[in-house]
Amino acid sequence: MMLESLLSLLILLGALFTFIGSLGLARMRDFYTRLHGPTKATTLGVGSLLIASLIHFSTQGSGISLHEILVTLFLFITAPVSAHLLSKAALHLRVQALVRPPLEVRDADGDSA
Amino acid sequence: MLNIAVIVAFGLVSAALALTLWRLLRGPDKPDRILALDTLYVNAIAMLVLLGIHLNTALYFEAAILIAMMGFVGTVALCKYLLRGDIIE
Amino acid sequence: MKRWLLPHPILTLTLALIWLLLANRLTPGHLVLGLLLGWAIPIFTRRFWPETVHIHRPLTLARFMIVLLYDILVANVTVALLILRGPRRVVPGFVVVPLKLQSELGISLLANTISLTPGTVSAWLSPDRRSLVVHGIDVRNPGALIDTIQRRYEAPLLEIFEPC
Repeated sequence: MMLESLLSLLILLGALFTFIGSLGLARMRDFYTRLHGPTKATTLGVGSLLIASLIHFSTQGSGISLHEILVTLFLFITAPVSAHLLSKAALHLRVQALVRPPLEVRDADGDSA
Repeated sequence: MLNIAVIVAFGLVSAALALTLWRLLRGPDKPDRILALDTLYVNAIAMLVLLGIHLNTALYFEAAILIAMMGFVGTVALCKYLLRGDIIE
Repeated sequence: MKRWLLPHPILTLTLALIWLLLANRLTPGHLVLGLLLGWAIPIFTRRFWPETVHIHRPLTLARFMIVLLYDILVANVTVALLILRGPRRVVPGFVVVPLKLQSELGISLLANTISLTPGTVSAWLSPDRRSLVVHGIDVRNPGALIDTIQRRYEAPLLEIFEPC
């Protein structure tokens, strides 16, 4: 019973964070603010769902199941990397932003990319 | 209780997928669409994990791992393309 | 001889662990196979790992990980609340953080840390690697943000990877 409540809580929280991440993506007004929702909220949401799955399959009686950790770690490592590359690409393309990027970027971004 | 939680979660993740799809179609810029694709695959992983719990099978796991890896490589390749105009140098 | 046979011991152990997680069962056969892979892959991919990593303060690293985990949780709740409150209430902004870190691993870890913690995404690294441009979703006090990043994240990373 305790276990089931914990699982349900983790699943609901995970789904809620996943939803909020996409809500941020749909709702915010410029690319850079949109970037925050998916990189943080969605990653944590999916992480929480994966932990729930780990607990669920480990308590089924057929041995513990830890490979969910692999996907969680992988997501937590790759999410910042893709966010960094995306914002670099956006700065390079001079995507419209609510605030102007700092001078350093505008000066240096002719060739470096 | 677990069943109800999973069904509610299905609803929330589907809504997330719909919002992401809307952003993918709307744009307005290329990085926005790539970001939407990136979010789309993470949401797809969430959906697969939920399906695994719902149907009580670990089979979907390999698919989740594959999507995670291929999605990341795809995002990096698309960003690289925007930055350099070329993927393989 | 040792360098040739076992160039990256930490990588070897990590790869063995990943293999065990992937196989999802702990049997002697998989343990041997994992260690074998962990031994062979670093040798065949030696050219991808030019730097050897030295961890100078394992305890600081452990404390840093705990702080990071806590901050990730706080960051997510903060960002979730900001998103729910609506796009008109946030004050986004860019800040430029001067870097003291020199090593590639140190800088990339710092950039990843910044992206995972409160309302900030690392956006751009200057070609000379002296400064990191960070975008914050709700920056009301840029000076304090730079200060937090330097004290909370950069200082421990400096201690761990580049003590001098």
